[in-house]
Amino acid sequence: MQPPTHFLDGALGAAAMLDGTVLFLPAEFASRVQFGWTISVHILFAALSIGLAPFIIYFTWKDIRTGSERYARLRSFWLKVFAVGFVMGTVTGIPMSFQFGTNFPGFSALAGELIGGPLAFEAKMAFFLEAVFLGVLLFGREKVSDRTYFLSSVLTGFGAWLSGFWILVVNAWMQTPQGYEMITRNGMEVAKLTDPIAAFFTPRMTWMYVHMINASVISVALLVAGVAAYIVWKKRDAKAWHTALKIAVLLLIVAAPLQAVHGDAYGRHVEDTQPQKFAAMEAHYETGTADLHLFAIPTSPDAIMNPSEENLFAISLPRVGSFLASGGDFDAVVKGLDEYEQNPPVPLVFWSFRIMVGLGFLFIGLAFWGGYLIYRDRLSDSSLYLRAMIAASPLGYAALLTGWYVTEIGRQPWVVQGELKTGEAVSSTLSSTEATLSLAAFVVIYIGLVVAALYTLRWLIEDELDELGAEPAPDDHWYGPIPGVTSDD
Amino acid sequence: MTNPLLLPVDTYLVDSLPEIWFGVIMFALAMYIVLDGFDFGIGMLYATREDDHDRETLLAAFGPIWDANEVWLIAFGTMLLAAFPDVYSRLLADNYLIALGFVLALLFRGVGPELREQREDESWQRACDWSFVGGSALAPFLFGVLAGSWVFSVGAVSLPAILTGVGLVAVSAVTGAAFLAAKTGPALAGEMRDLGILATVAYLAGVVVLLAVVIVTDAGGTAGTILSIPGIAIVGLSVVAGLGGIVLALRDSYRAWLVSALALPTLLSALVALLLYPAIYPATASGAELTVETAVVSPLALNLTTVLGFPVLVVVLWYFKFLYGVFSGPIEAEGYGA
Repeated sequence: MQPPTHFLDGALGAAAMLDGTVLFLPAEFASRVQFGWTISVHILFAALSIGLAPFIIYFTWKDIRTGSERYARLRSFWLKVFAVGFVMGTVTGIPMSFQFGTNFPGFSALAGELIGGPLAFEAKMAFFLEAVFLGVLLFGREKVSDRTYFLSSVLTGFGAWLSGFWILVVNAWMQTPQGYEMITRNGMEVAKLTDPIAAFFTPRMTWMYVHMINASVISVALLVAGVAAYIVWKKRDAKAWHTALKIAVLLLIVAAPLQAVHGDAYGRHVEDTQPQKFAAMEAHYETGTADLHLFAIPTSPDAIMNPSEENLFAISLPRVGSFLASGGDFDAVVKGLDEYEQNPPVPLVFWSFRIMVGLGFLFIGLAFWGGYLIYRDRLSDSSLYLRAMIAASPLGYAALLTGWYVTEIGRQPWVVQGELKTGEAVSSTLSSTEATLSLAAFVVIYIGLVVAALYTLRWLIEDELDELGAEPAPDDHWYGPIPGVTSDD
Repeated sequence: MTNPLLLPVDTYLVDSLPEIWFGVIMFALAMYIVLDGFDFGIGMLYATREDDHDRETLLAAFGPIWDANEVWLIAFGTMLLAAFPDVYSRLLADNYLIALGFVLALLFRGVGPELREQREDESWQRACDWSFVGGSALAPFLFGVLAGSWVFSVGAVSLPAILTGVGLVAVSAVTGAAFLAAKTGPALAGEMRDLGILATVAYLAGVVVLLAVVIVTDAGGTAGTILSIPGIAIVGLSVVAGLGGIVLALRDSYRAWLVSALALPTLLSALVALLLYPAIYPATASGAELTVETAVVSPLALNLTTVLGFPVLVVVLWYFKFLYGVFSGPIEAEGYGA
């Protein structure tokens, strides 16, 4: 199809041609990068709401029940974080649903019957619930009864978890689509819903939901623990924050090992349902028996861009890949990437997977270390542990993002597995000028948003320290020794 | 085939279900431009306040409700996708930069007030104010351009689309002023009244110019519909609501004024519905005209969305009654961020 001319193409295109350089990216590439980039930022805030929900509910409950200043302080602090995260989640979420139409109309048109319902349920069942009751939670403490106030915290948190459910119904359908048949409508191939239960509860659905909710809880528990460790480190007698640290670590002790056990089974499910993605995760190029790489480091720079058996130093379980794929046969043949016409970008998937798994094991270590310190009743006294938790505070998010890259990039070239390729979903009327301009705007503005969110967190922490009466000590840094503690770990 | 809800697979629950969904989507559009409309109005009127106390009062009126109001946009969009997926994809793909510009304007409008309260720093707060005011003015303009481009099918860079954008900005200022007049003390209410009257005059003038342009050029073949009896009725009611609102405002009956002001965006949505129906997307470069009948999803999908979605929609309306009940009564400047 002849790309249509656009009022901007003339002027900007001419400017681009003047010096013979290509200023504008192909529309398909720009659309993919834009969606990937905007979802990467959005998911940080979405996961913040999901992961923070149990903390908010617990702190509100304890605050109302005990009337203790400690929980009032924690509730108020984390509610502010929740509010900022929720606003950022809303404003970055709307562009996501818009991009289904602006950039990937082929996807909305083909899959509208399957994805439209769940997205509409998400808006009506979850977003309204969350937005309305967060309004009460933020501004209504004096206006409603204790019971209504607590209920508002539960409903807000429930809204966050429910919106995760409906959006993952859509995403899981894209991974393992079923419950539809292809028909022709208005001269276009579209998916017609034939079985709602099958379409909503696809084989991937429960795997994804448990893994994502738990990943959000882990990420936020690490964030809460990191902030608590920092405040405790700055202000030794901040009792509320000893409590916050302990609660976060206790949650990690449950959630981190669960993620590993669950993730292991989830991997086998991926191998069953999306063998191509699994082959990319393991850089398995040639059909034959497959090893399972537990751990891999590149032995040459080449391995980073093009990982394969020859250039990796890997600790592998020989033929375990075959064993897992076939459900018990070490000699089973696993289809390699060479057999597919088009493959996902293997290095991105391969290394993302390894970063996610590596971080997951690190979190288990941190959780158990914390558990030991709680057992010895020295959680808030170990300078080394406090510093480790401060350093680890953003790492849950790193694991969450890399996990999503495995899932979404690993599905390429498909947007709906086996049914619709991403390239076919991209708008045919989209010019590369428009796509590049919007991508540039999203990159600049979203970087600004993330920076603003981080600064907000920093200011909230500074205010909290001020209120706690911490001495401003500009010279000492958290990565130095802890002030006033001699018994180091 | 699993079908536990015993939904008909080959027929719609009622024959007119596609038309009902067209109506529901237009209802969501009306809810959006009414409710988020006065949020936009608050944002624009914020620019006229120099005094810190006044600004805090406006933010206190805005704070608890805007996010829930904005969700009507998502409800509108996702219901359009669920019932008429081709319309959703063509509307947004045909108006690429306008649609994404609009969501970015919403972004600035939303984060401005949220970030403002995080820091007591004059230049920071000024930047956040700009984000709030700029976003609040640009978002209704671009949304209006999008709607105009949809209804009149003459592209976003056209006089009818741009005038629709200007109209939505003006009507948002009217509802914002009426909302603030009804919710604040006498001093601020008086100033809001004067600004609201100005905005009403601007809106009515804008509507006259838009209709003149559309009738003269017959943009999208809509001239006949505007000059039909329902078209004339909607335009006439808008004039009555606008002029009546000015009279009520001058008599300081702010609650009654608010009701008549909220009728204006409602009537605007009704006009959008009237101009579209029975088509739902006109012929453009991206394809032929789509009607409600041809664009609608298959019976099972729509029946499911109806059975699961309608009861929830009723509950949602109850939420709003609850929310506005909790935050009824006059606004206190200290109410924000407490």
